[in-house]
Amino acid sequence: MDREQAIRDQVRDAFAGNTPLCIRGGGSKTFYGPPLQGETLVTAGHSGVVSYDPGELVLTCRGGTRLAEVNELLAENGQHLPFDPPAFGEATIGGTVACGFSGPARPWAGALRDYLLGVKIINGRGEVLRFGGQVMKNVAGYDVSRLMAGSMGTLGVILEASFKVLPEPACELTLDFDCDQRESIERLNRWSGRPAPLSASCWRSGRLRLRISGATNETRLWAERLEPDHCRETADEFDKLREHRHEFFAGDEPLWRIAVPSSCPPLPLEGNWLIEWGGAQRWYRGPEDGPSIMEIARTADGHATLFRGEGAPRSAPLPPGMRKLQERIRQAFDPAGILNIMRADPPA
Amino acid sequence: MNHRNRTQLLDELARAVPRRILLDSEEAMRPFECDGLSAYRELPLLVALPENTGQVAGILKTCNRLGVPVVTRGAGTGLSGGALPRQDGVLLVLSRLNRILQIDPVARTARVEPGVRNLAVSEAVSGHGLYYAPDPSSQIACSIGGNVAENSGGVHCLKYGLTVHNVLEVKLLTIDGEELVLGGAAPDTPGYDLLALINGSEGMLGVITEVLLRLLPLPETAQVVLAGFPTTESAGAAVAAIIGSGIVPAGLEMMDRPAVEAVEAFIAPGYPRDAEAVLLCELDGGSAEVEEQMARVRSLLEQSGATSVEVSEDEQQRLRFWAGRKNAFPAVGRIQPDYYCMDGTIPRRELPRVLAAIRDLSKKHGLAVANVFHAGDGNLHPLIMYDAGIPGQLETAERMGADILSLCIAAGGTVTGEHGVGMEKIDSMCEQFTEEELRQFHALKAAFDPAGLLNPGKAVPTLVRCAELGAMHVHGGNLPFPDIPRF
Repeated sequence: MDREQAIRDQVRDAFAGNTPLCIRGGGSKTFYGPPLQGETLVTAGHSGVVSYDPGELVLTCRGGTRLAEVNELLAENGQHLPFDPPAFGEATIGGTVACGFSGPARPWAGALRDYLLGVKIINGRGEVLRFGGQVMKNVAGYDVSRLMAGSMGTLGVILEASFKVLPEPACELTLDFDCDQRESIERLNRWSGRPAPLSASCWRSGRLRLRISGATNETRLWAERLEPDHCRETADEFDKLREHRHEFFAGDEPLWRIAVPSSCPPLPLEGNWLIEWGGAQRWYRGPEDGPSIMEIARTADGHATLFRGEGAPRSAPLPPGMRKLQERIRQAFDPAGILNIMRADPPA
Repeated sequence: MNHRNRTQLLDELARAVPRRILLDSEEAMRPFECDGLSAYRELPLLVALPENTGQVAGILKTCNRLGVPVVTRGAGTGLSGGALPRQDGVLLVLSRLNRILQIDPVARTARVEPGVRNLAVSEAVSGHGLYYAPDPSSQIACSIGGNVAENSGGVHCLKYGLTVHNVLEVKLLTIDGEELVLGGAAPDTPGYDLLALINGSEGMLGVITEVLLRLLPLPETAQVVLAGFPTTESAGAAVAAIIGSGIVPAGLEMMDRPAVEAVEAFIAPGYPRDAEAVLLCELDGGSAEVEEQMARVRSLLEQSGATSVEVSEDEQQRLRFWAGRKNAFPAVGRIQPDYYCMDGTIPRRELPRVLAAIRDLSKKHGLAVANVFHAGDGNLHPLIMYDAGIPGQLETAERMGADILSLCIAAGGTVTGEHGVGMEKIDSMCEQFTEEELRQFHALKAAFDPAGLLNPGKAVPTLVRCAELGAMHVHGGNLPFPDIPRF
């Protein structure tokens, strides 16, 4: 259903009346940010696939379309969103873009923003704008589309998004190894430097799971090449991992996401670890306090974010010059500060 | 007037940076008067050739204080006039910042200065079994800073992405000489994704001083198949068939008969001379995978009506097949005094109709066209042949180019896939974007560069310019060039 007119009217009225708006899609990621204040802008009704031609490898849908619906349609045609985003329940495409989360395939397949070809948004003035498009290559104007990925709804309401999609791999195989954290990081980096069709990895409690995806013969071949004596085939658990339904994510203990260069050795923090993305995304739960976690991530040339817990998402403040620039960029899209302002950093 | 400004600026800059890096004589500056779009030429007020980042910052701070425009240039191979100097500004040439600072074979990254040549990166890391994927045709000469500024593509971007997909971090100096780090070696830096924004920003937002590149493992094997077709339509159908079959080729390129004739006369790569269109399809990966996919591609090509199909038997033959494609531009340049290279992108399904319309435009304007395409991603490079020595031909070529871009917009595409807007396509931007969208671009630029000193007048047209052009936006039933067939 096309609710563009109604959404535009609501943003225009809010701009005129200086009313803060709280953009709500499927409500699947409300944990990721302080409670929003102001009038709710519901995008869920603005839904549906606008165009999809499997031969073009491009899908365009409205922001309120459920991610699950898009995934089903693609699967019917043997295609998928290669960045494999989490749904965390009833995620919409708009919220998926606004949060910019990518799934277990990210280090090899790319991130959400890598597949975002175009957007249609409403900025904080209530203007309907299109950037990018439905073609793979497009350098006309600044790449505002990719800027929307991870912008948390603070630059515009996402009305439509176009993605590059790809064929699903013919074969997927998950291998299972016994090894400690240091060894798993070393192996993952070594394997990533070979032309092996890796597509997901997860280390937890002395076990490394590795997914290989590609042509059938190629996938089997690599399964044998990657140290066959120490591995065995196992069931794919990466869907559970992506959706945070893995037991590691259960309970209310604060959950930290630490992003580091993939080859970074184990970080000196006592606690529980789950390591994804070939070593680049590390989930941490343990007794260390926020400032220590952030400092250790920083010295490892990375960054830490409190992903779930009180005050999430919380990370180290941006350097002052960067913070000022980001604030000016936000104002360039939303001069009145009405769009999801509590999710901006710093909130205006 | 200009002389006095030049002397004054030279004095001011010489206080911030060594005099030896500043060029002010006409003969020294003449080689910098244009980039790869040589139809547009301008002598800058001064040329600066900094040797390190500190000097870049010194130049920017001085220019910012004095309100002098700065145009950044890398190797000068750009095709849209993005590095065209301004007579009232400094041309900041980064070719001396050409060190590879660090190669990390384990993390698969290379940290380089902006003046490092694209191909030099792959050459430096090949011993580790790695390479840098984006490969614009000018890769032997073009440099990484310019690749980021233009978000350069290449023949392999269908599978391996554009520059934006292969850059992890950029160090940027803003117009006030302050350094910003965008992105990083760790994924998903907090805050807005300014790393994505800087790719393709055409020197309008800041000056790139360092880039961290993502390296990929070299594929085990690569094979290319060369196919000739009796019509461009049947070649277009073969492209759709291959993509639709679930195969993602490493490269999928098309050339039409005039382009094939030009390269055969130039380097004789062995293309079928009786074909109206030639398709090159490269597959890479493991040997078993390539073999299996090549068999499928071969049969799809034959089903689509190919009159000849030849698979490369060894690396030498593969490179020879590619040499024809990579030399297409100079080959056309050899048979015609001048050519004007366009860069529109369209949805693949529109290919046959757009090609037919380009043929009609060629007849209408009386200028021959050779077509070279990145067919896999719908990126067209029609080369309009003309002779600048004949009065009026350049203007005719430009008009025809603008007509082709209008076709691309009408087909749901864009005016530039990888060459950038620069100076060249600035007017076509008025057609592709609305007034509100252009205003949003200007607001974004102002967040980085409030005084508008970085590469002014390029990439995004002013609203005044668009209004004067009278082509503010295409409304249904009220199109410019009403005599061009639309679809």
